[in-house]
Formats: sequence, structure tokens, C-alpha cells
Amino acid sequence: MIGGLFIYNHKGEVLISRVYRDDIGRNAVDAFRVNVIHARQQVRSPVTNIARTSFFHIKRSNIWLAAVTKQNVNAAMVFEFLYKMCDVMSAYFGKISEENIKNNFVLIYELLDEILDFGYPQNSETGALKTFITQQGIKGQPQTKEEQSQITSQVTGQIGWRREGIKYRRNELFLDVLESVNLLMSPQGQVLSAHVSGRVVMKSYLSGMPECKFGMNDKIVIDKQGKGGTTDDPGKSGKQSIAIDDCTFHQCVRLSKFDSERSISFIPPDGEYELMRYRTTKDIILPFRVIPLVREVGRTKLEVKVVIKSNFKPSLLAQKIEVRIPTPLNTSGVQVICMKGKAKYKASENAIVWKIKRMAGMKESQISAEIELLPTNDKKKWARPPISMNFEVPFAPSGLKVRYLKVFESKLNYSDHDVIKWVRYIGRSGIYETRC
Amino acid sequence: MPAVSKGDGMRGLAVFISDIRNCKSKEAEIKRINKELANIRSKFKGDKALDGYSKKKYVCKLLFIFLLGHDIDFGHMEAVNLLSSNKYTEKQIGYLFISVLVNSNSELIRLINNAIKNDLSSRNPTFMCLALHCIANVGSREMAEAFAGEIPRILVAGDTMDSVKQSAALCLLRLYKTSPDLVLMGEWTSRVVHLLNDQHMGVVTAAISLITCLSQKNPDEFKTCVSLAVSRLSRIVSSASTDLQDYTYYFVPAPWLSCKLLRLLQCYPPPEDGAVKGRLVECLETILNKAQEPPKSKKVQHSNAKNAILFEAISLIIHYDSEPNLLVRACNQLGQFLQHRETNLRYLALESMCTLASSEFSHEAVKTHIETVINALKTERDVSVRQRAADLLYAMCDRSNAKQIVAEMLSYLETADYSIREEMVLKVAILAEKYAVDYSWYVDTILNLIRIAGDYVSEEVWYRVIQIVINRDDVQGYAAKTVFEALQAPACHENMVKVGGYILGEFGNLIAGDPRSSPLVQFNLLHSKFHLCSVPTRALLLSAYIKFINLFPETKSTIQEVLRSDSQIRNSDVELQQRAVEYLKLSSIASTDVLATVLEEMPPFPERESSILAKLKKKKGPGAVSVNELEEGKREGGELNGGGERGGDSSAIAASNASTPSPSADLLGLRAGPPVTAAAPSAGSLLVDVFSEAGINDDGFLRDLEPTTESSDSLLAEGPGDSDSAPPSVVSEDPTPLPESDELLNKFVCKNNGVLFENQLLQIGIKSEYRQNLGRIYLFYGNKTSVQFVTFTTTVTCPGELQSQLNVQSKPVEPLIEGGAQVQQVINIECLTDFSDAPLLNIKFRYGGALQNLTLKLPVTINKFFQPTEMASHDFFQRWKQLSQPQQEAQKIFKASHAMDTEVLKAKLLGLGMALLENVDPNPENFVCAGVIQSKAQQVGSLLRLEPNAQAQSGEQMYRLTVRSSKDTVSKRLCELLAEQF
Repeated sequence: MIGGLFIYNHKGEVLISRVYRDDIGRNAVDAFRVNVIHARQQVRSPVTNIARTSFFHIKRSNIWLAAVTKQNVNAAMVFEFLYKMCDVMSAYFGKISEENIKNNFVLIYELLDEILDFGYPQNSETGALKTFITQQGIKGQPQTKEEQSQITSQVTGQIGWRREGIKYRRNELFLDVLESVNLLMSPQGQVLSAHVSGRVVMKSYLSGMPECKFGMNDKIVIDKQGKGGTTDDPGKSGKQSIAIDDCTFHQCVRLSKFDSERSISFIPPDGEYELMRYRTTKDIILPFRVIPLVREVGRTKLEVKVVIKSNFKPSLLAQKIEVRIPTPLNTSGVQVICMKGKAKYKASENAIVWKIKRMAGMKESQISAEIELLPTNDKKKWARPPISMNFEVPFAPSGLKVRYLKVFESKLNYSDHDVIKWVRYIGRSGIYETRC
Repeated sequence: MPAVSKGDGMRGLAVFISDIRNCKSKEAEIKRINKELANIRSKFKGDKALDGYSKKKYVCKLLFIFLLGHDIDFGHMEAVNLLSSNKYTEKQIGYLFISVLVNSNSELIRLINNAIKNDLSSRNPTFMCLALHCIANVGSREMAEAFAGEIPRILVAGDTMDSVKQSAALCLLRLYKTSPDLVLMGEWTSRVVHLLNDQHMGVVTAAISLITCLSQKNPDEFKTCVSLAVSRLSRIVSSASTDLQDYTYYFVPAPWLSCKLLRLLQCYPPPEDGAVKGRLVECLETILNKAQEPPKSKKVQHSNAKNAILFEAISLIIHYDSEPNLLVRACNQLGQFLQHRETNLRYLALESMCTLASSEFSHEAVKTHIETVINALKTERDVSVRQRAADLLYAMCDRSNAKQIVAEMLSYLETADYSIREEMVLKVAILAEKYAVDYSWYVDTILNLIRIAGDYVSEEVWYRVIQIVINRDDVQGYAAKTVFEALQAPACHENMVKVGGYILGEFGNLIAGDPRSSPLVQFNLLHSKFHLCSVPTRALLLSAYIKFINLFPETKSTIQEVLRSDSQIRNSDVELQQRAVEYLKLSSIASTDVLATVLEEMPPFPERESSILAKLKKKKGPGAVSVNELEEGKREGGELNGGGERGGDSSAIAASNASTPSPSADLLGLRAGPPVTAAAPSAGSLLVDVFSEAGINDDGFLRDLEPTTESSDSLLAEGPGDSDSAPPSVVSEDPTPLPESDELLNKFVCKNNGVLFENQLLQIGIKSEYRQNLGRIYLFYGNKTSVQFVTFTTTVTCPGELQSQLNVQSKPVEPLIEGGAQVQQVINIECLTDFSDAPLLNIKFRYGGALQNLTLKLPVTINKFFQPTEMASHDFFQRWKQLSQPQQEAQKIFKASHAMDTEVLKAKLLGLGMALLENVDPNPENFVCAGVIQSKAQQVGSLLRLEPNAQAQSGEQMYRLTVRSSKDTVSKRLCELLAEQF
């Protein structure tokens, strides 16, 4: 289990230090700083072992969060906890920055006491936490006994993530399918690896204790129904269904039901939360194709031509497109010509950055650049790092579709039809690279 | 070095550095640096030629980026361009960049060297200095190659500026330290010495560092510096504090120069010239006098400078060790420092006194401070000072104060710092032994030592106690008694148990008369410690038990019971188990006579000095032994100290552990019945001793017992039901050559081809050829039977040290030899250095199911690598005389075993490989030969003279053979080989 938790700023100064177990001493704080933060080579592994002590760290902008343990813990659990903690903190005070952490250190210690007990993670649901850890402090009116007992029963009860008696005039819910598509492609256009990791994020403003049911075009479910005989055309349904490699759910989802019937039913928390996470690797729609052409002219010149093609319905518009073409380390000058968007050589990043605001589907655009090089002493050849790309498209590259989201509330008198539902798909680029 | 002044300031650089300093994160810093690098690249690439200022600025930035830890792979060219600038700042930055970022890129190095050469030959002293600094800072071999010739010229040239001379001297020193072979001595050396007379003190200071370093390698060339140094020193010492102006440091005239002069003088013996010596003594006296004067300043720098000179002077006095008056004065001066407030001074005083104590003149004077030193040992707060105090006590110890000092050290040991305990223990042990008049005092001291600091008592210490106790009859009884008493303490150290076990096992009978220490009580006492001890100690205790059985037959049943218990006889440790089993069998099977013989009391060790003492003796009287020397002594002690090896339980155990499977292997060997005497390990020969009851062998206690373990094994082998104790699964790998193989070897000394071996199954033919240090042997294995040999394998091994002397490679041979067929094997041999053994050839094959195994010596002898040398009579005798040292000659007079036939003799000598020289010896009957043995490591020239005497007195034919060669081992071996031939 987690023995301690430390938060450092970029210089390695300790901002927050909370030790849960005796086997973690003060020196652990310094060990991490010396061996990881101050290490000349950037430590690339998120798990570091120093003197029989394991350090799990994540970085949020300039802030290091490190969990320490001497035991053989489940590393995935520790990272899940760290991410959850970041979520909780940002829900409380916004961006995680040195300034914010310093200003809220009392709150953070309070939160740490609550969400980690003797190193065992506890309820880290923001909604539930906010009922009893408030930022205002106890001023004037203390909570009534009833309120207190309500909090106790909620936190210790079966449904710890939602309190009773919530009322809204308008019952509304928002569903976002957010996906990031990762790709590595060879110069010849062969896909070397590709996968989509997606999240279904929900924002619910529903009264009472509603029971929800979520349906999507999961291949297993569709096939089952197909067998049941409701769909006549298995080919059609097969085409539109997707194979999900793995998925995880928010704690509110009834896993037993998912296991037996593969239906996703739950009582949603109030406000924003992440309903599920999933990953697919098959039949991914790649929104863009990058065709690089690099020619070395002598020792002091390099010619680069890059073509990008959009590969989706012409009616849709991709946004925030950015192509990053790495340049050799001995570049001394760059001339760029592009038809669309703006391109610039950024010396500080050793790359040509080409930005296009909007681009419709089934279009093509190109950039060409001449790079002048300075002859150097060492004969090290340029490693030719891949060309990477960023974009945002209004569909799910995995092909996931939300089929339904039903809401049942038996006690209060509103039905599924009265709830206003919004669904949105956003596909973003993860690590989207093409070798050149 | 002038800093970058404001008017010349590089604003861009300052901005860049402050940008970097302001970066919030590593990423931001890298971004800023990348941007700057791109900017510099574009500037360097640009078509416009850069002016000197911007070039300097960008090179500076690159240097800064490099120092931040980023790779810089361009800009070298621009830096080299800066070198040829005429502006100081630009040149300086250029040199700075070059000396930080120099790489051995050939074209650039040429340019750089060129630029440096230009600067060296320029008349501008600043530029010359810059160039010299760059050479010294880089200091690489390439630099030395290029400039080692030039710099001495600059150094001694009459018109060189003083500052340049200083730099040149230090630069040359640096080059000499990195590549001394490239700095050639020449006529400049004598002129360098005269720099000591230079007007400029800075030049003298720089030159003296160089001279000190050079004179350590070639003292003779710089002998003249002594008188110059003395006169310079006397001028400084006698000068008033105001005379030297710039070189006066807190009222002390030129302290650094004085120290260096004194140190230089320490490289040489006292000057022989009376006048010079008188002047020097006068100087030293002045220095000692000045130390008595009241300080001119209260500043610590003043006293530091003064004391630095004083300590250097004292070291010189100690180094000369010939002026009793000065030595005593120095000692008194140091005595004052012993109680000085300053810790550093106390430390230095103790350290210098240690060396003073070793001088016969000042030893007594040092001894007067004993109380102060003991006090320092007890009260000093700083552990390093305490250590020096302990060192000094050790150094000043002699027969008169040994008891006091040892007692003090022992009592201090109880509270001593852990870091110095081991050393203290060793010192106490050495002193106690060295000055022991009364050996019971010695035994008491060492036992006390073990009691107080058992953990720090090294093996050698207790080995030595045992050695001394065994060799001195008068203390044995006392030792047994004391040990017995010491063991009665509830918690005793394992080393104590070791000593106790050993001594009671040997001399327990001496105290058995007392009912309080009856045999059974002794045994029970020892056995009560048994379970708390480590395996080696337990093994030792088991040996003590078996000795008890011999000493006190009444304890036999008790001890057998113990040995029989599961915890012994089935112990998981193989050593303990083996001992338990063997001792049990030995005690139950062997008769009392056999037991008494096997387990007889240890014979006295031959009186040998402990090596540590021997080392100390060399130093004339009780010397100061530094930690290093002590440690060294300790190591040697382990090797040489008689007690160390022979009483050494652990070494014996280590030996037996190393050959754990040996008992069974030997056992098998016994069954197979090869001659035990030949090359079997020591255990084999000991076995013979036991069987023949030829009394004890004089090996150590455990060695003495060790063979009995072997013997009990063999007893077991004869008895029934032995299979579990020694499963005969290990095939003897012991390559014991056939007894006749030595004869076979002799057959081939003078010839290269023939039949090496023959029996009813196999014939081995040999054909060999040698060239220089290489040889090739063809072996022909002939199957004489009509049945095929299967799994025919041969291996060639080089036993022992031969491995490093010969390089033998054999090609594998076909595993199957048909009846009547013959197979060939090629063996390549390279002679690395001279050798005396022969490689072993092991042959294994199956003939009709039976495994045949035989080992032969390959006829490779040292003479095979002879290269004949023809020479005239005159040459021969000249060389003969050159090799006249006694160890270079080997001579043998022996009877002729064959008829004296001149022609046969000649043929044999030719076959030997040397050149047979005609008409050399005045007596035509005699034969002389000359040759050179070729090995990879060296060539050994050898000369031989064979004088036949057909009518000796007894009527028999005799030969006198004399071999001389440049290496003693070669002469001996050749002589041995040849003696068998005629």
C-alpha cells in the first residue's frame, strides 16, 4: 500500500509531504529529488526504485506528484489513485500549479486524510467529498444534525457518490464521447501501430435517484441481438458495430449486470464525471494521412515536402490542425512555402510548425521547405524523427455510436422523454506520427 | 586575467545568461538554448563575415551552453579564428574555448598548434602567456609532442620576460607530469637550475616546483641545485620581513618559496660541502629560533605561514637524521605544540614526532612526552588526532615503557573509536609480542585484547598466540589455565573460543589435575560455546574434541556421543559432517597407539620472526609504522607469519573446502592404485605417513588432523557399508602421469622424432619441429589390436604455473580408431617464457568396454626452443665471463651411463639444438656449445661446456657439465636435462 505521498515543484522543493506508514522515512523525500527530479538525464520511467523503495510519479505541468511505498503494490492502482487525486484537486481549486498548491495546502492535507487511509485509497468521488470538505470553512452556521447524519449515511452507504433529494427544474444530461487516436505510420503509408483510447464523459443534472441505462454499438451486444432475430441483416449491423478491446467503468456502474448481460446500468453521480474508458484497435478511421518526402541535397541542404490528406466526410470540418516537421540539429536557416495555413520554423523546438485552422474532409494540402545546414565536425547522422500531427475532428475515429441513454425515475414524476439529452463526439490526435 | 570590462561587455551574452537563469523549468531552458543555437548557426552560416566582437560573443555563448551540459558540435573553427586575433579579449576567449572543448580532430589540431606556435614566437608577453596556459590546461600528449622542445628554450632564454618564464616553468612541469618521456633532458637542465638565482621571486617559485619534480626522477642531473637552494634559503631566512615586499605574507618572508626550497632539499642527502652544510644548519637553526619568537601578528595567517616553514624544516631535519642537536630541538619544539590550542598543530606535531621517534638521536627526547601523548589519546576530541597519538605511542614504545604503553592502549581500546580499533589491536599485539619478557604477561595481554575488542582481532593475532604458546613450554600450563578461566565468562568472543579450543585441545592435560578443571569440565565448557560459533570455529572445536579423546580416554564415550548426535553427523555443512563422521570412526576403529600417533601434541613451530617485526627491524629500532605499512605488514603476516599459516584453522579449512570432492576422488585414486607418491596432493603423501606409522609429519595442527580424515575414509572404504559416505561417482581427474613418463621425456631431449609410448594396445609415435618460440608436434596414435577404440579422446594440459609459460593448442582427434589403424593429431606450442615442467597428455578410450586412461608427459623441453649461435673462441670466452654470477651457472658432475663415443656425443649435442663450437676450448676433448632460447617474453642466451674424463680416479668415466645462461632457472633446468643424456 502507499506509504507516503509527496508533491514537489519543478525545482524539487517539497510542497506537500504526507507520510502514511513508518517504513517511509524523511530521506525518501530527498532520494526522489536527487535521483529523479535532479537527474541530469530525464528519468523516463514513471516507476523508480531507490534503495528498496518504489516511487511512482506523474507530472502535472511543473508539479511532480510522487507516491512512495516499500511494499509490492499494484502499480496501476497507485497511478489510478494519483490521477484521481489530480482530478479531485482540480475540482477543488482549478489548475494544478505551484501557486495553487501553496495557497490550498491545508485543503490538500485535509483531502489526503480523507481519500487515503493508512495508505489505502478511499472514496475519491468529488461530489461526495464536496459535501463534507468545503472550501469556505465552518463559518456562522454549523451544519445541522440532520445534514451531518445525512452525510454520514451517504458516505458510508451503498451509493456513496450521490446524495438524496436532488431537485432540478429542468432534467438535462450531456454526453461527450472523447477519443484520442494514436498512430505510427511508415514513410510508405503502412500502418505500424494504431489504437484509439476513448472516454465517455457525462454531465448529469437529474432529480432524485434516477436509474440510467447506456447503450452503444458494442459488437458483442449487437451480435447477441442479431442472434435473437431482431435484426435481419447481420452484415449491416456488423459493419456498424465496433470491437472494444477493453473498458473500465465508473464505480457507479453495476459490474455484475455488465458481466452477465453486458448492459451498462447505473445511478449517476451529480455533475460531471467519467462514465467509462475504452480502447479499440480494429477498423480505426484515420482522419488524416501524411505523405512526407525528404531529400538531402549535399551536406548543407535538405528539401522537405509534406502532403496531408483529410479522410472523412466532406461535410465535416477538422479543426486546430498542426503539423510538426522536425529539423536537423545543425539547421542554420529555413525557407517555407505552404498553400494553406501558416508555417513557421521554431528554432527553440527544432521543428517547422504548420498550422491550419480548419479543413474539410476529402481535401489535400501541401507544404515544402528548404533547410540549410551548417557542416559540423561529428559524423553523426541525423536520426530523422517522425513528423507528428495534432487535430480535432467532430466524430469518433473508433466508430463508436451512442445508441441510447435511458433514464428511469420511478419516485418522481418525470420520464425518459422529459429529459433533455445532448450527445457530442470529439476525436483528437494522441501521438499521431508518420516516419519520414 | 582581466575581467570583461564594462565598455567591452557583451550585452547579448549577459542577456542570454540572465534568460537562462530565469527559466522556470528544464524544458524552458532547453527551448531557450535551442533558439540561441539556431541563431548562432545562422550567424555562422551567414554570408556576411562576422567581426571579431560578435565572433567572440557567440563563441562565449557556445562555451556557456557547453558548460551547462549540452553538446556543442560546431564553432570550433570560429574559435580557432579568434586565436589569430590581435585583441587580448578575443584571443583569450579563443584559448578558453579551445582548452575546454579541445578534441583530437586532426585538421583543427594542426591549426591550433600553428596558432600557439605563432603566439609563442611573438614578442608579446601576454600572448605568450596565453599560449603557455592553453598548452598547460590541455596538457595532452599531442600538446607535449608539439611543444616539449620549444618550452625549455623559452624558459632559459635570456630575453624572456619574468611572467612568461613563470608560465613556461609551470607549463613544462605539467607536460612533464603527463608525458615524462617526451620532455627530454638537455643542456637546458643546467640553466634551469640557475633560475634559482633569478632576481624575480615568482620565477624562482615556479622554477623550484619544476626542479623538485625533475630532480625526483634524475637526482644526479640537478645535484647542483642543492647549494643554490641553500644560499637562496639563507637569504630569505635572514631577510627582514620588509625586504621582500610583495613576497612577504603577514610578516613572513616568502613562505611558499621557503617551503618549496626545504622540500627540494629533502630530495637530496645532506650536502657534503662543509660550508654549504654549515649555512644550511644555520638556516634551520634560525627557523627554529624564529618559532620561539613572539608572533608579529595575531592573525592566523601569520602563524600558519610560520608553522608551515617550521614543519617543513623539521621534516628536513628528520630526513637528514644526522644532527642530534637539531633533532632534539625539533622534538622540543613539537613538544610545545602538543598542547597547543590549534587542533591541526597538535595533529601535525604528533605526526612529525612519529618520524622523530624512529631516529636514534631523538628517541629519548620523544619519550619524555609520553604523559602528554597518553593524555592526548584519552582526552583528545578529534579522532584523527587520537589516531596519531596512538601511532606515536606505538613508535616511542621500547622495552622500558612497553608495559605502561600497552596497558594504556588496552584501557583506551575499550572506549576507542571503531574506525581505529583494528589498527590499535594490531599494534597492541605487535608491541606485546615484541617486548614480552615474561610470556605469561604476553598471554594475559592478548587474551585481554580478545576480550575487549574481539571483533577487531584479526586471524593473524590469535595464530601468533598459539604459535608462541606451542613453542614455549613454560607458558603452556599458564595459558591453559588462563584460557580456561577466560572461557568461563558467560559471553565470550568467538576468537577466544578458537584460542581456547586450540589450547585446551593441546594442553588441557596440564590443568586436568585440578578437579575444578577436570577433563569433563573442560569439555563441557568448550561444548557449551559450540552452538554459538560459526562453522570454522565449530570445525576447530571438533578437532579439539578428538584431541581430548586422545588426551583423556575417559571422555571418549561422552565425546563419541556428541559426535554421533544428528546435529553433527548429519550436519548440513559438509565440512562439519565430514569431520564428525571421520573423527567418530577414527576414535572407534583406531587403536590407542594409532590415535596417540595421529593426535600427538603439535611439534614446535620453527622459530620464525613475525613478518611485521621483520619489517620493523629494518627501520632501525622501534619505528613509526604508518597505517599503510601496518596493513601491508598484516597482509604479509598472513603469508609469512609461521603462526598464520600453520596454526591457521581457516586457511586449512579453505584448502579443504577448495577441494571438497577430493576425499572421494582420492579414495577412488587409491582403489585404482596409481602410485601415491608421485603427484598426488599432500593428502596422499600424508596417507602414506599414517599407514606406515612413520611418526607425525611436522605440518600444522589441522594439517596433522586433516590426513586422519583421509585415512578414516580409507578405513571406511575397507569396511562394509561405505557406499553412502563416499559415493564413487566422481571419476578421478587427477592426471597422474605414468611413472616411466619421465624416462620417456629424457629420451626425447636430444631428438625430435620417434616412438613416444607403446603397450600391447596402443602405440604413440611423435614427430616434432620447432622454429623460434613456436613448435608443432604430430602425434600418431596406432591401434595395435584388431578391435576398434571408441570415444578416443586426448587432452593436453599444462599443470600449475606451466599454464602461463607455455601456450598449447591441440586439434581434436577422431573419437574412433579402427583396429590396426592410425590417427594423427597436431599440437601447436608457443613458448611464452622459460619453463621446467612438461605438459601432460591424457588419453582416454574404451577398448572392449573397458575404459583405458593414461597420462604421459609430452616431450617438450626448454632446449627445443634453442636457436644455435655460432661464435669464435674469443667471443665465447668473453660471454662466458660475462655470465659469471654464481646463480647464472649450474654445474653437475656425473657418471657416464653410456660409452664415451665422440661422434655419438656430438650428435646428441647437436640434437640438443645448440651450436656445437669447434676449436674453441683449448682442450680438444671438451665440447662447448652456444645457443639462444627463444620465448615470447625474452631470449635467454646459454653457453654450455661438457668435459669428459675418461679415466677418473675410480676408473669410471665421468663428465663435468657446466651451463651458464642469463637466467638461473634456465641453467638449472638445462643441467638437469642434460645430465641424464650421457
